[in-house]
Amino acid sequence: MRRGLFFIMLLVIAGARVSLADTDAEVNARKNALDVAGAFTNDGFKLRDGHWCGMLKPQDHALIAVNLYAGNQYWFAVGATDPARKIAVNVYDESGRRLTTDHYDGGDRAAAGFSPTDSGQYFVSVDLVEGGSSSFCLIYSYK
Amino acid sequence: MLVRGRTALLLLPIAAGALIGAEPAKLAPDQMAKAARTDAITIPTPGELFAALQKPGKPNWTGAYRAPIPTTYKNRAQLALNLGGLIADGFIAVEAQDSQQVKNIGSDVIKLAKALGVSQNILGRSNSINDFAETNQWDSLQEELEATQNEVKNSMQSHSDQDLVILVSIGGWIRGTQVVSGSVAANYDERSAKLLRQPALVSFIHSKLNDVSPELRNDPLVKNVNEQLTNLEKLVTFPTGKSPSPDDVRKVNIVVTDLIQQIQHKTDTK
Repeated sequence: MRRGLFFIMLLVIAGARVSLADTDAEVNARKNALDVAGAFTNDGFKLRDGHWCGMLKPQDHALIAVNLYAGNQYWFAVGATDPARKIAVNVYDESGRRLTTDHYDGGDRAAAGFSPTDSGQYFVSVDLVEGGSSSFCLIYSYK
Repeated sequence: MLVRGRTALLLLPIAAGALIGAEPAKLAPDQMAKAARTDAITIPTPGELFAALQKPGKPNWTGAYRAPIPTTYKNRAQLALNLGGLIADGFIAVEAQDSQQVKNIGSDVIKLAKALGVSQNILGRSNSINDFAETNQWDSLQEELEATQNEVKNSMQSHSDQDLVILVSIGGWIRGTQVVSGSVAANYDERSAKLLRQPALVSFIHSKLNDVSPELRNDPLVKNVNEQLTNLEKLVTFPTGKSPSPDDVRKVNIVVTDLIQQIQHKTDTK
């Protein structure tokens, strides 16, 4: 009985450690994303108070839908953590066509910027180009 | 080129127009269908909409004000919808750089949040809104308004009121769309009219509303908003590159204005 309780406690502690580790990784990834986005705020971009975090796997990408307004300028900034070595951000229009954007590439930090000519739905893709599975966090700014 | 000045210096590794990595040149339809969609990223704030509206020329922001709305609704769905609309009003007051109006709206936002039982965390926000309004810190006020809205939503989620979160977003979108369509209808401009093209956004908020509990979905006000979203989804669908006509804009404005009147209407029976 005691051994059973001890085993359950171990599982709970291990689970808590995993959960905390995930949270820490996302916090660090978000910090990296904010470091990149901070540069854009110097140019008058307003940072949205929202973020999207998740896991990136090698040779895989994470995709999120956004709704943007024609006339605004946008920067999508992403941060990842070790063991990710190189990530990339790309933007696609509502038909799935990849758009030409400005890029910032800084290893485990990357950003893509563009000004839509049409309002509507776009897709932002976060790709792990080099390195192992890692947490990532995306934020965006506009002006 | 988006990158200028200090940003360019800070981000030296930037390559304009570069396409890197082995990412697909075109997404498959099933990839787009499976893309993540979240309230915090997929739904734009009224601030983003208003930033785009003033690109062709400064709109008459004070002309977009409305009379103060009641803050004593008993129906929680109605409280949530009005909270979203009031936060959009806050963004309008910030664009108008009207500190007194910002303070008045901030005070009403807190009253509605209190009525929803989520005020404890945002009382500090109320003080910040007043401080920033006193010192004309307009950018900080925008951030504070968005943060207030997110704090209310987070509080709703932690109090098992997650169904109300989408109503706050919908209230903000309807009020923002009323202001933009009203402004464009009064002074037609093709570039501003393009802002009304948001079929995927309306489809997303509509699908989220269909996911709420049957009880909430059958609330008469929510039911009507849901029905009108079906209508609005058609009204904001235009081909890419094409601006809606003045008549298209008026049609959108009529529907959202009617919805705002229903949302803010207070009956004694509720």
